[in-house]
Amino acid sequence: MNVTMKGISKSFGPVRVLEGVDFSVEGGEIHALMGENGAGKSTLMKILSGAHGADAGSILIDGTPVTIRSTREAEALGIAIIHQELNMIPQLSVVDNLFLGREPNRFGIMERRREHGESATWLHKVGAGRIDMDRPAETLSIGLQQLVEIAKALSLNARVLIMDEPTASLTEREIATLFEIMADLKSRGVGIVYVSHRMEEIFKICDRVSVLRDGHFVGERPVRDTSFDEVVKMMVGRELKERFPKREVAPGAVRLQVEDLGDAGKISGIHFEVRAGEVLGVAGLIGAGRSRVLNTLFGVNPRASGQILLDGRPLSIGRPVDAIAAGIGFVTEDRKSQGLVLGLSLRENVTLVHLGKFARAGIIDAKAEGAAVEQLIDELKIRARDAEIEVKALSGGNQQKVVFAKWLVRPPKVLLLDEPTRGVDVGGKAEIYHTINRLAAAGTAIVMVSSELPEVLAMSDRILVMREGRQTAILDAKAANQEQIMAAATEGLRAS
Amino acid sequence: MTAQQKATLQKFGPLLALVVICIGLAFLSPAFLSVGNSFDVMRQVSINALISFGMTLSILLGGIDLSVGSILAVSSVLAAMTMKGGHGAALAVGIAIVAGAGMGSLNGVAIAKGNVAPFIATLGTMTLLRGVALVLSNGSPISGFSSDFFSMLGGGYVARLVPVPVVLMLAMFAVFWFVLTRTVFGRHVYATGGNSEAAKLSGVNTDRVQILVYTVSGAMAALAGVILTSRLDSAQPTAGAGYELDAITAVVLGGTSLSGGRGWIFGTLVGALLIGVLNNGLNLMGVSAFYQQVVKGAVILIAVLLDRGGKS
Repeated sequence: MNVTMKGISKSFGPVRVLEGVDFSVEGGEIHALMGENGAGKSTLMKILSGAHGADAGSILIDGTPVTIRSTREAEALGIAIIHQELNMIPQLSVVDNLFLGREPNRFGIMERRREHGESATWLHKVGAGRIDMDRPAETLSIGLQQLVEIAKALSLNARVLIMDEPTASLTEREIATLFEIMADLKSRGVGIVYVSHRMEEIFKICDRVSVLRDGHFVGERPVRDTSFDEVVKMMVGRELKERFPKREVAPGAVRLQVEDLGDAGKISGIHFEVRAGEVLGVAGLIGAGRSRVLNTLFGVNPRASGQILLDGRPLSIGRPVDAIAAGIGFVTEDRKSQGLVLGLSLRENVTLVHLGKFARAGIIDAKAEGAAVEQLIDELKIRARDAEIEVKALSGGNQQKVVFAKWLVRPPKVLLLDEPTRGVDVGGKAEIYHTINRLAAAGTAIVMVSSELPEVLAMSDRILVMREGRQTAILDAKAANQEQIMAAATEGLRAS
Repeated sequence: MTAQQKATLQKFGPLLALVVICIGLAFLSPAFLSVGNSFDVMRQVSINALISFGMTLSILLGGIDLSVGSILAVSSVLAAMTMKGGHGAALAVGIAIVAGAGMGSLNGVAIAKGNVAPFIATLGTMTLLRGVALVLSNGSPISGFSSDFFSMLGGGYVARLVPVPVVLMLAMFAVFWFVLTRTVFGRHVYATGGNSEAAKLSGVNTDRVQILVYTVSGAMAALAGVILTSRLDSAQPTAGAGYELDAITAVVLGGTSLSGGRGWIFGTLVGALLIGVLNNGLNLMGVSAFYQQVVKGAVILIAVLLDRGGKS
């Protein structure tokens, strides 16, 4: 079976996610789909599997145009997807999950024996014939759950199987098993679309590789005719435009010192220092542990080892309150769930952290509070009708500025930023960069996690690169390029 | 109608309903609007209102306090036992309120530190404390207190006109209004209820907020118990059963969201008055108790449906 996508475009609101993308997969091949975070891989695959509809473009199966409006329709055409976050109901048994929504029955009465028989056949095909299918799915390892998902896809007669980062949470052994099964499926004529960040895996098991960048199709190569370097260049190859304001700050004394930081197993050996007025960028792929480093510094995630020193004095941070008292601020990754109380007003959100500054004996001085908020609204160019509007009603960029404002009520000594411009439009981004620069100029030490390499390169003084919970390089931002960062993030070989 | 107008209408909807019902009842039964009857209604409402103020806090947190009725009973029995033991009424009231706060703080600790769902934690203490009230009183009412001060709390008047419970209700309303709108603690209640993770990451001690809220809720239930005991001149170990539902009704009628983070104390006062006015009006009109239930249930459902309709 051949599945071809032609000229696929898709927008979410004003944001163009895909533009005229071509992609195809043949039966009996493993086709890698690569690109940076946000390049549009997942959206493209969601369109192919019926979770999203395309705004423009067509999908052809063996040359015949088809419409796919739901996951059901995709499955009927033989296209199944295995998501990064597995779609199982944890309390239900393996067999119940396998046949969820299409339970074999007669007049509504389950045919348990038939169900068990068929289930055994499919599980056997993916090499999971030994698992007890009456066990609740949640008691299986992630690797086994993945095999159950594959068995489910096969039982749907899938001829094309989409796997979105299937190895992200597997052990080495489980990955080896998965690859054996993929090779077996391939030999039986199943086409596999393999979405992954892991370069080494692509070169090990894939036949072709297609690359997306910023929603555009960059190119397609047979794996045996291409190289690691070429694929990386295809992924990151754009020029840096002048969308980053310059910063003229000479870093001062060391502010934040982190020594051998580690937690209960996800990160270890993190070691860096940041000077007053300096921006340390933190790069790496999703799941490399970048956010975890910030969460550990801020006392959200318990620290298992290492030391944190601020202005030379060791800190003991057990909870966020301790970090805040020490003068550390944290612009969290997910502003809706972690950064803002959506039902409260702009004013109430801005003053949530340092409300004590405006209160005496627990009673708030409304006038002082209002004045401080007005000043920050001006400074950060927050566009809102007034300070009493619910933050829910603001645009993403303005919401993000509110999150920044929270920490500027008292200028912090150290500010941790996790994806500070995610979901912010270009204009809003520039204003946020100005804010970052102004804070640096005032002597704040800044640690910025970002998945946007141009942003990391342009805004940082130095760049810490992480891979699988460890730091693989600290690069000088002026001398570094995207290829170097990607190499350190994926292989750890070319770090200078 | 703009979104803002709609929001305003929604916010003042319960008040509007209260006014409309009052006008309607005034036409149907001339006795309704007399000064005497008005204060009567408010006195009947006061016990539920006091409990509802505390309940508003726990519901603002996205929680609930089912144990208020039982806390009321234990506090009442303790106050009665103190007086029967020959101590003064002031000490009795003090003991009742401190005990109520203590029982409430147990709820708070179980919820904040033990991570027990508020519904379950307070369901547990509801049953447990009802048992305690029965054990302490040996299952029978404790009656007859010879203290003018104590009987004044439930039956007295200020300036020979306004019942003391009504004064207490209005005073507590003012305190809650101030705390929720003007204090750091009040802001932290809204923030914790609206998004406890964001609040925690902003340095709000969400555990302490939760414990304090349930402590206050317990103290308010105890205060309501003192007034009830004074009015009846008797502490009943079975008193207050089902009061938690009346309080929840008042809070929800007042527009406070059961999912937390949104609501106001004025709404709760209006909600409590609405229930009281309906009771009183239907009584004055001679509607049978059976139909009264039907009407009250319908009013609750309509109010909640209107509230939901505005959100979509």
